[in-house]
Amino acid sequence: MTGLPLLVVVVVTALAFDFTNGFHDTANAMATSIATGALRPRVAVALSAVLNVVGAFLSLTVAATIAKGIVDQDVVTLSVVFGGLVGGILWNLVTWYFGLPSSSSHALIGGLVGAVLVAAGASGVEWAGLISKVIIPAVIAPVAAGLVALCGTWLVYRITRGLAGAERGREFRLGQIGSASLVSLAHGTNDAQKTMGIILLALIASGELPQDAGVPDWVVIACACAIGLGTYLGGWRVIRTLGKGLVDIESPQGLAAETSSAAVILVSSHFGYPLSTTHVASGSILGSGVGRRTPVRWGTARRMVVAWLVTLPAAAAVGASAEAVSRALGAAGNVVVLVALVLAATAIYLRSRRAPVDRHNVNDEWDEQAQRPAAPAMA
Amino acid sequence: MSTYIDVDALTKVVLVSLLVGAGIPAVFALGVRALAPVEGGTSRSGVRVGAAVLCFAVCLAAVAYGVYRLVATGGH
Repeated sequence: MTGLPLLVVVVVTALAFDFTNGFHDTANAMATSIATGALRPRVAVALSAVLNVVGAFLSLTVAATIAKGIVDQDVVTLSVVFGGLVGGILWNLVTWYFGLPSSSSHALIGGLVGAVLVAAGASGVEWAGLISKVIIPAVIAPVAAGLVALCGTWLVYRITRGLAGAERGREFRLGQIGSASLVSLAHGTNDAQKTMGIILLALIASGELPQDAGVPDWVVIACACAIGLGTYLGGWRVIRTLGKGLVDIESPQGLAAETSSAAVILVSSHFGYPLSTTHVASGSILGSGVGRRTPVRWGTARRMVVAWLVTLPAAAAVGASAEAVSRALGAAGNVVVLVALVLAATAIYLRSRRAPVDRHNVNDEWDEQAQRPAAPAMA
Repeated sequence: MSTYIDVDALTKVVLVSLLVGAGIPAVFALGVRALAPVEGGTSRSGVRVGAAVLCFAVCLAAVAYGVYRLVATGGH
């Protein structure tokens, strides 16, 4: 597949990735508000969806680059982008099935690295960039966010000690909603822009737009809608893990966790050291549990860390396979990969229906025993 | 390792995040504390309400600045 058909497939796949990005990451902003009852589940995902859409329109500094400084921009063809997107989407769906919050950006970068390895060999990957921009920040993000949330939670509980009903206070619930909203807004701005950049790059690479073109309105609108729709459908499995599976969350603690997330995300991008929303949010929630001195379910935390470690290589394997198939089969290759992607996505969705998690059971008591059988299958 | 870690940027990120990310919840908690009924007292004093309003205003200003940063820089 070449020319216009391939371009159309890449654009549609990019929007599909944007969609999975939205529903996978709803939890980052809203898991704590849903767990404490500050917002009813459906209201929470609707609010987050609207803010993601608004966030997507907030800034127009979209760059026509993809994983710049991580892969050699000259070897990024439409086929490579397609392979990367396939890797990102599949890994997002697999981790969603297991209810594991893993970074959508990592999944996309992993897929791209895999596709580039097949397309251009090891020299197409800027390994130093991969380590300094992707791997090390992934280690630092949860630790830094956890530390901030730990201090914030400890301070909040120290200051409000002895107040009757402080834990359930209306003020804390309002503050929690406010801080979670800021995380949603930042997510929409950051992540929708990534997809806009991919589509812009594809349009330029295929000659549909001049080299210096800005992002067309329809791209902004399509990306905003895709991430918003994904967010609204809500990755309930991931929301459940972050809201109930890690620590038991009260409103003051949720406020501290979400404020920590928002602060770390905004401050790190300000200093040119952007950190993954998912890693930050997970670290914050964990840190808030430690700060309140409540038991942390380390089993859940361990599964999350394993998922983070596996994300890059797993998505890379899928991306590499997609690119290899595309190359081996020539013109029909991309079509085969597309069909395989649709079949795999459908299979994962159908399997998830056997034990669905939705807004009705998202807050049910967490049963650690029931989680264990899933661990070997994932690892 | 310093070739892979921007120690300078990282230190700033951690320190400023700590200040804002832990400080704002603390200010918010002070506001809640100020609004809470005092033992033995029957009604809230003007000073306490004023302090609470100030605390919440600081938090709102922080959120507004966060949104401004997003609009101005696109989160980059």
